[in-house]
Amino acid sequence: MTVLKDILSEAKNLAAVFEKTGAEVVEPDFLQISNVLLDLYGEDIRGRAFITNDPVYGEMMLRPDFTIPIVEQHMANSVSPARYTYCGKVFRRQEEFPDRPREFLQVGYEIFDGANTEKADAEVFLLVNEALNRIPVRIATGDIGILMAAVRSLSTTETRKNALLRHIWRPNRFRTLLNQFSGLSSKPYPNRNLEDYNKLLDKFEIIGSRNVYEIKERLEQINLETKTDPINPEEVKILDDLLSLKDTCAVVLGHLEKVSKKMPGIEATVNKFHKRLSYLEKNGVNIDLLDFEGSYGRTSMEYYDGFVFGFYSETQRNLSPVATGGRYDALTERIGQGKKIPAVGAILRPDLTLLLRQNNHD
Amino acid sequence: MIRLGIPSKGRLMDQTFGWFSERGINLVRSDSDREYAGRIDGIKGVQLIFLSANEIPRELSSGRLHFGVTGTDLIKEKLARFSRLVEPISELGFGFANLIIAVPGFWIDVDSLDDLDAVSAQFREKNGYRLRIATKYHRLLREFLIKAGVADYQIVDSQGATEGAVKNGLAEAIADITSTGDTLKANHLKILSDGVILKSQATLFKSLVANLSEEEDQVANLLLKKLETGN
Repeated sequence: MTVLKDILSEAKNLAAVFEKTGAEVVEPDFLQISNVLLDLYGEDIRGRAFITNDPVYGEMMLRPDFTIPIVEQHMANSVSPARYTYCGKVFRRQEEFPDRPREFLQVGYEIFDGANTEKADAEVFLLVNEALNRIPVRIATGDIGILMAAVRSLSTTETRKNALLRHIWRPNRFRTLLNQFSGLSSKPYPNRNLEDYNKLLDKFEIIGSRNVYEIKERLEQINLETKTDPINPEEVKILDDLLSLKDTCAVVLGHLEKVSKKMPGIEATVNKFHKRLSYLEKNGVNIDLLDFEGSYGRTSMEYYDGFVFGFYSETQRNLSPVATGGRYDALTERIGQGKKIPAVGAILRPDLTLLLRQNNHD
Repeated sequence: MIRLGIPSKGRLMDQTFGWFSERGINLVRSDSDREYAGRIDGIKGVQLIFLSANEIPRELSSGRLHFGVTGTDLIKEKLARFSRLVEPISELGFGFANLIIAVPGFWIDVDSLDDLDAVSAQFREKNGYRLRIATKYHRLLREFLIKAGVADYQIVDSQGATEGAVKNGLAEAIADITSTGDTLKANHLKILSDGVILKSQATLFKSLVANLSEEEDQVANLLLKKLETGN
């Protein structure tokens, strides 16, 4: 049985691992302005966060995570390198799994630094690994950056690539689009042309904020799309291969180096992957045992766009991950409105790490 | 006393009265039309409660009502994991309505959810904010669009006259219930080909959380038997 006193002392021990790096200890507000979170996560966040109201600021949310308020705070002040650590509660609605806690502690660490991003990736991973010392865990890793580079290097239109990149975190929609763009399924586009458009004003009442020029533009896009050749099947095969990769990091590295000969666009990210593994190896991680999954981080970790990882209980399969983390370079740019700085971070769940420690002793 | 919740107004109330009386149970509204009280002839130990159909899901989920008539749309919108809380006993065969997504008729480039997703991306890029969909069915709409993989929209609350929300500049699209589609047409809207979120009808629900005494349990069983067999 875990009690609050023990969880707090576990949290303190975990936080000590991060604090010894000299990271600045921060504590963002409990209440966050909804619009900021909604603009980043979309409406989905309403299903996961508790919502309340302020007479001046309007709709607010009890913080569902720390990363976004910390990025906001950092980007508002400066874009110089920094390390932050924090320990506090986050709040989540639990509709689908009513037995899961609605408030729980997170201990976290975030690095804002573009000097050596792979070294920073490794630093976060190694600190988490150190904090979880002697807890039996299964580790999953992945790299969204490689997938994004592969999409960007497809020899097809920018419109298609942007559509795929926009849905990299929604695997079903991504698959639907990929099938359409590669001619595997036919898209039932509205069968309208510019003649229909010219009759628009006579036939319909124009209502709402979407104007007729946006409709014309999209009809032209559809027209162009239907005339564009399907994506080369060889490239689709490579993309499918990357998405279904599942092996140890050492094996995956060898494989990716071969793949990047056929798809030179991913070479730079594969080199980064290599560099990251070297740092991990130098610090005692056995990359012959470390798992890699090509699609890892695509469903539950929106906004991660590079290295991603999660630590799971080896025995309790239904337990939420005890630690998760990853790189989120693009997020700093979206929040920084023009300013940007590469960033990577991770969180630990002291309630779960304590549970596993105790189970390990029983 | 077994507490039976009935919609307090309009056609839904009249048709519910009809459905029960076909099964030998007469629901009688008190003599004054303005008073929300009534009685039941044909079975003893059942109390009639008049409520807005909107409130019946909540009362069933708290156990204050043992039975209630309302739409499946309202049960699914208002009760998370509704099957733990209520059990449908019988579909009543009226009050048919579909919860649908509709967009302006002049969007000739939009037929399906695929198009809606593409247009949401375009709209956000052009206008700097997320495409607004007006509805009172927040949860059902959100879950439906997550499943469909539609992104970059926002839900705008609309508790009434939702079909007018686009014309009035409050939204770009709507999600609402419709039976014939006439109101949509009159408001220059069309339904997406794959935009039916849910098909609803008036349904008799049983609360799964209400505690029944032995005596109440007997009355409840008698009521169910009468409704099933008509005697």
